[in-house]
Amino acid sequence: MSSQRPSAWYAVPAFAFFALFAALPMLLVIYLSFTAWDGLGSPAVNGGENWSRLLEDSEARASVWRTLLLMVVSWLVQTPIALLIGVWAAGKQRSRAVLSSIFFLPLLLSTAAIALLWQALLEPNFGAFVGGPLFLGDPDIALYTVVLVISWQFIPFHTLLYQGAARAVPPSLYEAATLDGASRVSKFRHITLPQLRYTVVTSSVLMLVGSLTTFDTVLILTNGGPGTATRILPLHMYITGFSGFEMGYASTIAVVLVVLGTALSLAVMRWSGFRSMSSQQEGS
Amino acid sequence: MGLVALTAVVSACGTSGPGETNTGALKIWALEDPVLNKIENQSIDSFKAGGGNASLETFGNDPYKQRLRVAIGSPQAPDLFFNWGGGNLKEYVDAGKVADLTSVLEENKAVKDAFIPSVLDGAKLGDKYYGVPMRGMQPVLLFFNKKVFTEAGAQPPTTWDELLTLVDTFKAKGITPIALAGTQAWTELMWAEYVLDRVAGPEVFKNIRDNGPAGWKDPAVVEAMTKLKDLIDRGAFGTSFASVGYDAGGASTILAQGKAAMHLMGSWEYTNQLDQSPDFVKNGDLGWVAFPSISGGKGDAGNLVGNVSNFYSATTDSKSLDAAKKFVTTELNKDSYIEALVAAGDVPPVVGAEEKLKKSPNPEYASFIYELVLDSKNFQLSWDQDLPADDATFMLTQLQEFFLGKVSPQQFVDAVAAR
Repeated sequence: MSSQRPSAWYAVPAFAFFALFAALPMLLVIYLSFTAWDGLGSPAVNGGENWSRLLEDSEARASVWRTLLLMVVSWLVQTPIALLIGVWAAGKQRSRAVLSSIFFLPLLLSTAAIALLWQALLEPNFGAFVGGPLFLGDPDIALYTVVLVISWQFIPFHTLLYQGAARAVPPSLYEAATLDGASRVSKFRHITLPQLRYTVVTSSVLMLVGSLTTFDTVLILTNGGPGTATRILPLHMYITGFSGFEMGYASTIAVVLVVLGTALSLAVMRWSGFRSMSSQQEGS
Repeated sequence: MGLVALTAVVSACGTSGPGETNTGALKIWALEDPVLNKIENQSIDSFKAGGGNASLETFGNDPYKQRLRVAIGSPQAPDLFFNWGGGNLKEYVDAGKVADLTSVLEENKAVKDAFIPSVLDGAKLGDKYYGVPMRGMQPVLLFFNKKVFTEAGAQPPTTWDELLTLVDTFKAKGITPIALAGTQAWTELMWAEYVLDRVAGPEVFKNIRDNGPAGWKDPAVVEAMTKLKDLIDRGAFGTSFASVGYDAGGASTILAQGKAAMHLMGSWEYTNQLDQSPDFVKNGDLGWVAFPSISGGKGDAGNLVGNVSNFYSATTDSKSLDAAKKFVTTELNKDSYIEALVAAGDVPPVVGAEEKLKKSPNPEYASFIYELVLDSKNFQLSWDQDLPADDATFMLTQLQEFFLGKVSPQQFVDAVAAR
């Protein structure tokens, strides 16, 4: 026991689990992406046919764009709201505890329940907005409606992250700033935001990768419609695989999703300097 | 599902009596339906009483299709499985997974003759039979709200031109002329199926199904889709159809409430209305007619589209193939089974059911459907069930874009023909 670190054997269960439930299925999917398989009989290797088809598939391309749009807009909507509510909820106001638990409610509902709830609310004949915009029926706004529903569901979670982090900001920093006569806005800008930097990164990675793989909400809420207006990549994969039974081609789309997701989280980490992070405790 | 699992366990325990050659109970898979599952279980009881052994497992619609796809050909495969006939069944037949039932049907002539030929043909591929009908017939009808029609002084349409005029009539009164649950493409498909059939007859689609997507290039398809586009552009379906769902009850409810005047739907709409808006049906306000004729069109005005029936088909690898054959030739044409279907409001696909249908809970409606099917020259299975799954999925997507006005009739044809 010369080293302070636990022995490498401690990692064996985790590695075994990862190999069995993540690595192995992923290898199988990569294999399937080079086959034609309709679910009947055994997969037949067809070389790069699925991959060249993917390059020409305008529907796949469009769904990649929709996914990216959904991701960016979700991030733009969720981050500022979650940040502001989180910082506010970390304060000492009297109404804080009650309001925070109300904000938290959507996170307690299952995704299916949320999707069905909003579907009913937005129903054009019997919903809450009869005569209003066709939130789910207008191809030009349906994707933004999806963003709203997803944000409603997940902002509470990110609020929680920011709330926790904001509470960890040393009060001495604010006291010093108050003595210097700083306004609330400049305290937020110059103390809170920089201190929450790593929380922003964490929350953003979760948000971006989360919206890349968003599936259940859209499946139930719009099933990709109207037309293909909300058919994002994971849903395109699902429809190809489980309605069209083109399992080989659906696997190809799945591989693209894995690559996109990995690249994205690596990019966010690098861009934000997260990897060079040293302990936040030091120097505080 | 708990019950289903339990049934499976119980039946698994009751396997093989002495001297039995097969390995156990006949495993039957069907679609979940509280009313009809009860009847299916009765048929199993009757089979058991005759010395056989069988058990039923049921699944929701989409899970069923996925489950069957994965299970068939594996040791978990059922011995008898529920299906829709047509191209849906063809994929399994082409893969060599479905047993040919022609010889048993020929040996049991009485069974074969018990079913309406055009319905039995729903599971006929080439000159071989691969399934036996096991549920009622579900043609697509044009439903309408009688009260709304009376108030407008209008008559249900018998021709396409009358339908167009009615659209203007109801629009002027602020009523959506036709309810359409457009979140689901199969509701839109019913329109395309009927219009093409009336314009060109059933051969154009049969050619597409049998000879591949190039068949879509038949000029009749563009002509039919152009007619349909006129209807959409005229405002027949209102503006919000793309976010109305059928499963959520949206389209049926606006018909019942008089916010919409007509609704093209499968015959199950009647039971659905009875369930959701019982007063609407009991007051006699729900009306129904066959799809209008199109003048100058080649298709016979009596032709139908919809679900011809559902079928039980046997799997080739079944260890209980003989028992499966015995089941489909003894249980599905039994009087008790047919009567149970009638009592549940179904219209069984057997010949000479007129008397039985008089005892149906909705005799007028049941007899209407029965006569309609008997008189029809052609009963086309829904296209999405009749085409291979990948082509069908692609076509449904294109159709939704078409209804949204994003794809023109020509673009629709070009897209589906290029598959």
